[in-house]
Amino acid sequence: MTQQDVMSRVIDIVRPFAKSKEALADVTPETSILKDLKVNSARLVDIILAFEDEFDIGVDDDDADKVNTIDDAVQMVMAKKAAC
Amino acid sequence: MTERVVVTGMGAVAPNGVTLEEFEANLRSGQSGIRKIDKLADLKFTCQVGGVPPAAVEARTEALFTEEDRLAMNSNITYGAIAALDAWEDAGLVRPESGDDEVLWDTGAIIGSGIGGMDTIAERLVPLVNAGKVRRLGSTCVEQIMASSVTAKVGGLLALGNQVTSNSSACTTGTEAICMAFDRIRCGQAKRMVAGGSEGSSHYVWGAFDAMRVLARGFNDAPQSASRPMSATAAGFVPSSGAGVVVLESLDEALHRGAPPIAEVLGGAINCGGHRMGGSMTAPNPAGVQRCIRGALADANTDPSQVDAISGHLTATMADPKELANWAEALGLPASKLPVITSTKSIIGHSLGAAGGLESVAAILMLRGGFVHGSLNCEDLHPAIEPYAASIPHHTVAKSDLRIIAKAGFGFGDVNSCLIFRKWNPQDKEVFQ
Repeated sequence: MTQQDVMSRVIDIVRPFAKSKEALADVTPETSILKDLKVNSARLVDIILAFEDEFDIGVDDDDADKVNTIDDAVQMVMAKKAAC
Repeated sequence: MTERVVVTGMGAVAPNGVTLEEFEANLRSGQSGIRKIDKLADLKFTCQVGGVPPAAVEARTEALFTEEDRLAMNSNITYGAIAALDAWEDAGLVRPESGDDEVLWDTGAIIGSGIGGMDTIAERLVPLVNAGKVRRLGSTCVEQIMASSVTAKVGGLLALGNQVTSNSSACTTGTEAICMAFDRIRCGQAKRMVAGGSEGSSHYVWGAFDAMRVLARGFNDAPQSASRPMSATAAGFVPSSGAGVVVLESLDEALHRGAPPIAEVLGGAINCGGHRMGGSMTAPNPAGVQRCIRGALADANTDPSQVDAISGHLTATMADPKELANWAEALGLPASKLPVITSTKSIIGHSLGAAGGLESVAAILMLRGGFVHGSLNCEDLHPAIEPYAASIPHHTVAKSDLRIIAKAGFGFGDVNSCLIFRKWNPQDKEVFQ
């Protein structure tokens, strides 16, 4: 699985929760999930669960708390997949 | 401070129609929304028929709500929110943009449910908690199971800034919600309220009623004959689901924005029989019912002789004959002089907390359209209801002089509520109650 594959799937998971469709259209690795995409912070819980299902990984609360940008999510997924 | 209150919009999601137009057309034609529910048969329910809004509701849901919205909307919230948005649009109001910062401080909502998000509780919350997977519940469970789930959603969709709450009083919930919203506007605490009742579709809800042996028995192979209020062969109510919502406004507010009133809420009453004098958790105290009806008429400054029609609670249980007697007693009329009376549940079943909302919408549609829909499946009237036969149409009847209709709801807990609606006539603008 390439980093680009992971990023594409991360964006697909975040897409329904993104209130800023403009920021979503111009999404980059540095895009903030909360500040730029304007995802309701409560929904981060659902996004993390979706990461777990999509990539078959476990994400504990400490790891989840470190996810701010799209790239944070991508790097977390890549690291967990590498550790499998 | 006393404001006159008018209905300016209506929305309905019912087993026989998922738009207001479809609901009205099927009330007029007597098109039943009751059908066989395979799941109930699979689970060995005694009653295997029910009323569920048809599949067209799914397309409406996709059209009205974002994908994120839909992730946190069970059937109760979906029906209630669609009916609320439809009522809003019917009132000539524009749905606010989700991103703007304008709050409608003078507009609120009271939309109740009898049971609420049982599908979410039974199919998601309980299994995951029991499996030790609490974390897998995610963030969307609470907002779907909290008692205020429908109005919590509607408050955001419509940017409401006044009181936003959900009542619950069993099968009188929807009628009571409209009564409470009416009071809030009348006393000047709000200019506009979105009010009614909603109930989701869940065999877990219906199972509890099936166990009580209060659901229809013996008509599983004839679903459209199963809901038989006032019939000698009535054998329990048919469970159903949906939502009925109205937009109420102060008359001044409606006239100010040029919104044509459909009907005026002349008055209402809410009470409880205290489980005394024959009343119990499941049976109404006749004195309580009669006081409620009389109280609503007094509140409406309306003489019983002015009531042109009654939209009864009439569920198809043993309470139907008692209800007829209570109406006659409360209005001070012999059986043969009772105004025309009809049972919307004969067409759409008993949608519990949504019933009062849907039946109020039906009552206002009848006022606007000058008709009274028929009560299905009661050609064989219950012997105790025979004396009222002349007041019970089996098919839709035109009634162009229909002016005032009384709508009541009664529920478990011995609770009652009654509303008096009057068809809007522009000349009424100058008439003070």
